[in-house]
Parts: sequence; structure tokens; C-alpha cells
Amino acid sequence: MRGLEVELEQRAPIPLSARLACSPGELTALVGPSGSGKTTILRAIAGLYLPARGRVVIDGTVWLDTAARIAVPAHRRRVGMVFQSYALFPHMSALDNVAAAMGDRPRPERIARARELLRLVHLDGLEARKPAELSGGQQQRVAVARALAREPAVLLLDEPFSAVDRATRERLYREIAELRRILSMPVVLVTHDLEEAMLLADRLTVLHRGRTLQTGTPLEVTTRPASPEVARLVDLANLFEGRITGVEPSRALTRLDWRGRLLEVRGPAPAPVGAVVPWVVPDGFVILHRRDRPSRGERENPIPGRIEQMLALGQTARLTLRPDHAPELPIRFSVPLHVARRNGIEPGVTATVSLLAEGIHLMAPTSADNRSARGEGLQDGA
Amino acid sequence: MDWVALRLSLELAGLTVLLLLPIGVALGRFLAYREIRGKEILEALVALPLVLPPTVFGYYLLVAFGATSPLGRAWQALFDRPLVFSFEGLLLASLIFNLPFAVQPMQRAFEAIPTDLRAAAACCGMSSWRVLLWIELPLAWPGILTALVLSFAHTLGEFGVVLMVGGAIPGETETIAIAIYDRVQAFDDRAAARMATFLLLFSLATIAVTFFASRRVGRRLG
Repeated sequence: MRGLEVELEQRAPIPLSARLACSPGELTALVGPSGSGKTTILRAIAGLYLPARGRVVIDGTVWLDTAARIAVPAHRRRVGMVFQSYALFPHMSALDNVAAAMGDRPRPERIARARELLRLVHLDGLEARKPAELSGGQQQRVAVARALAREPAVLLLDEPFSAVDRATRERLYREIAELRRILSMPVVLVTHDLEEAMLLADRLTVLHRGRTLQTGTPLEVTTRPASPEVARLVDLANLFEGRITGVEPSRALTRLDWRGRLLEVRGPAPAPVGAVVPWVVPDGFVILHRRDRPSRGERENPIPGRIEQMLALGQTARLTLRPDHAPELPIRFSVPLHVARRNGIEPGVTATVSLLAEGIHLMAPTSADNRSARGEGLQDGA
Repeated sequence: MDWVALRLSLELAGLTVLLLLPIGVALGRFLAYREIRGKEILEALVALPLVLPPTVFGYYLLVAFGATSPLGRAWQALFDRPLVFSFEGLLLASLIFNLPFAVQPMQRAFEAIPTDLRAAAACCGMSSWRVLLWIELPLAWPGILTALVLSFAHTLGEFGVVLMVGGAIPGETETIAIAIYDRVQAFDDRAAARMATFLLLFSLATIAVTFFASRRVGRRLG
């Protein structure tokens, strides 16, 4: 099979239970909070870390198979790695940094190829500069050129954008996206920044405490999380619990009792009638009703309440609504700032929102969730 | 000026430095990168000559090199001459008492290279040898130079151990430091002053050159 397959298992010193696959040309983002084992997984792929048990196969070639006692050393694995610190060789020029990754080829050939790669990352003219004479963004580009110099079978990016300012980061995102069109190897990106992952990745793998929890497209993972844990990790604020009260297979509808309020949910029930299940509704499926006259979707799961907080972030207003039936379970959502203004939204006013049936996502009950709550909120510190 | 003693001292210091370069690099790198059990004990052993009085250290070396010791007997059998009171014995002692001066700066220099840099070198396809030659040595160079200069200067100045193990035989084991002591004992103050001044200026010059060189290298590395 073509592409990258990774399986890692160990208890200590860093607990790992990770499965990962990445096809040629695909960019998979490993997302998780710091300390979740993202970098360790990347290092295990590169051969810089040896897990207790694991398998790493690239395009059919085995790099690691602890069961068969195979562990190809790092310098024999054809990986391109961009480190968080870039790890450029400080005593070499940008050109030599790139040429250093080309092994035993004759020097003129290496230099010519290194020049080509530096041109590819828009650094022509800066070949002779030492890393200390380059800006953060330029250093990152040298690191990318160096990672590509080996014609790697897999490209590994370890938080490559974390050390540059926001403006540079935006530019580098565009360049990476552009570069990806000519790259044919699997690319694994480690990041704690969900937005960055959504922007760049074809697939997201959510990681927590060394465990891969869910893999899917960015849209799948952020609107259909596999568990409350994933929902929390992808910043879904509207995470609650409800009881399934009925199903209507003919209309593909599930009815949910949320603290005495009945909600209609599009899609099958993940558990039998009567079960308490966690559910989320992503920000984009919470619709604010116009306060002066009725509007679209009014009858769809209306939730009246009181606006508690309004934060203006650029052109967007982040709102918190305390529902009348359960004020302790705030719903968070965003609307364009002008919409909030036109509707006279401000802290303290009453407002109604609709939770769109197609956006409500029910998750299978977990034992811990069933113990803790009967229709109570799952949010931390809500 | 006792030219014979000076030449002997320079030969001893030169050979010590030459032999300590690979030993120091290997040992310093080992201590910097390998996580082994009992590493502290190994580090303490290397550092021992720093804290032990030279006479005590010299005494133990004398016992270890003596005709009745396994090392002394093996040397005698191999080369048909004793190890103590010989230039070779002095050189061996010099290598041992200079270990901390050579190993510690090199170890610190290797430790100062970020782990990511060595990892990046491996990801660039470099074997350990190539990482050593292309990355580690160029970056650790100021530390290595300091180590060698310290060892050189320290060999020129060492007195107690040299006297214990070498026995001050002119042309064989009498170094310039011992020659100065001899001149003072013989009330030849002028000769003692000349040699002392020479040693002082020579040591000062070498250390100044090292500092100058390592600062330049440091600047070059940014």
C-alpha cells in the first residue's frame, strides 16, 4: 500500500496509543493540547524516538516493527522534518543547510539543487546568509527547503508556524498550500492550533494523552465529534446532555429532551429511547431570531433566553445566551457584528435562538457521562 | 634558561594535547549524550584530579606505575624498561591529571549543542560520523580549543605529580616547573626569574590567543 501507516503503543514513560494513516499527497494534521504526545508520534515516525511497541510503514517499506525487531535508524529513513525551532545548522549558510541534506551526491549537483529549492521557497538572493541573519519566516522557509532536499518519502512538520508573528504565519500558510500542489508525499503536520489545522489539513487526527481519538475531515471532526472528549478538544462550547424520547425513522428524526425542552434532531439515535446521551451543536448551527419580526427557521428548536455577554472580535460578535429553561447551561454562538447591532443585541436583553436540527449531533453515551449527569451540562466551569 | 627542561615541557604538553584531543572528544561526547547508570561516578572520577592534592594523586600514580604493579610489570615486559621515572610514564600521568581540563570543557561544549540540531542532522541523512564532523565539531570547536589550551598550560605548570611520578631526571623527566624549583633551591634567582617570566608570558599569550579565537568563532556562529 502507498502512503504512511503508523501504529504506536506504550504505557510509559509517555503513554501512547496512536493509529495514523496518510495517503500520498495528503496532509494530515495531528491536533491536541500540549503534552498530548503529538511531537513524540512525529519523532517516532522519523526514528528519533523508539516506542515500546509499534509499526511504521511507508509505501510498503517497514521503518519500524518492534514485533519483528526492525528499527531503521533515523538517518536511513527518508524523512523530511521541519522542527518547531527549525534546527538550522548555525554555522552554515542557507544554501549549505539545504545542501547538507543531500548526502553523498557531488557538491556541484547538491549546490545546484539547493539553489533550486531555495528559489522554490522564495529565498533566492539569500543563499549566503547564515540562519542568524534571517528572519523567523525566512528561517522556516530554509527549514522547509532542507526537509524537501532529501526527496523525502514523508514530510513531517512539527508546529512549524508557532515561532513567527501572525502576519508572517498567514503568508507561510499560503506558501505551504501552494507548495502542497507539487508535493506527492504524505505530509503530517503537528499543531495545537485548530484553526491552522482546519485551514491546511485534508484530515484531522485528534490526540489526547497519547491516544488518537478521532480521524476525519476537518468538517467531520468539528461538527460530528466522536465523543465529548473530542468535542472539548475541538473547542465545541455547546456541549450538553439530553434524553432520547423517541425516534421517527421515516423522517430520519430523533427527539431529545433537553432539561424539559424538546429538541428535534436530524439523524438516527446513537442509543435506545430513554438513554441519556451527550450532544453538541456547533456555533454555525445556532441561528439568532430577529427581535422585531419572525424569520427563517423560527419553529426549529427555538430556545428563548437572555443575552449574558457580547464580545466584539473584529467584525464578529461572540454571544452567550442563558436559556430561560436552564440558565446554568449557556449557549455560545457568533453573529456578524452588524446583525447584533441591528437587532439591538446587548447584555441583558431577551433573545431567541434556533438550534438547527441538522446541526445537532448526538454522541453515544459513555459510562462516565451516564454516571455524572441527567441532562446537565458537560462544559468545564460552565 | 634551562632549554632542555623547556623543550621537555613543550614536548610533554604537545603530546598530551595531541593524545587528549581524541580521548577528550570521545569521553566528553559520551558524557554529554549518553544516559547511563553510574554516569555521576564516571564524571566524579574524571574530575578527581581537580580536587586531589597533587602529591596524593602522584603517590597513587607512582604506586600504579611501579615495578610491582600489574601495569608496571606489563610495561617492563613489553618495553624492557620501567614506567616510573620515564618520559612515557610522565606522559601517561599527564594524560590522567589533565583529564578534567580536557573533558569538562568539551563535555559542556557538546551539551550546549541543541538536541534538535543533532536530530535534524539525522533527519538530513547524516550518519553519526558525519554528524560529528559536519555539525558537532564545528559547533563545539571553541570548547575544544579551550580544553586543549587549558591542558597545555596546565601540563607546563604541573609540579607535584610530575615530581612524584617523574623524579626530576634531567632530559628525561625534569620539566621547566621543576627546573625553576631547582634553581631557587640552588639560590640561582636570576635563572629562576628568567624561566618564571618566560612561563608567565607564554601562558598568558596562549590563553589570550584562545579567548580571541573562541570569541571570533563564537561571532562567526552567531
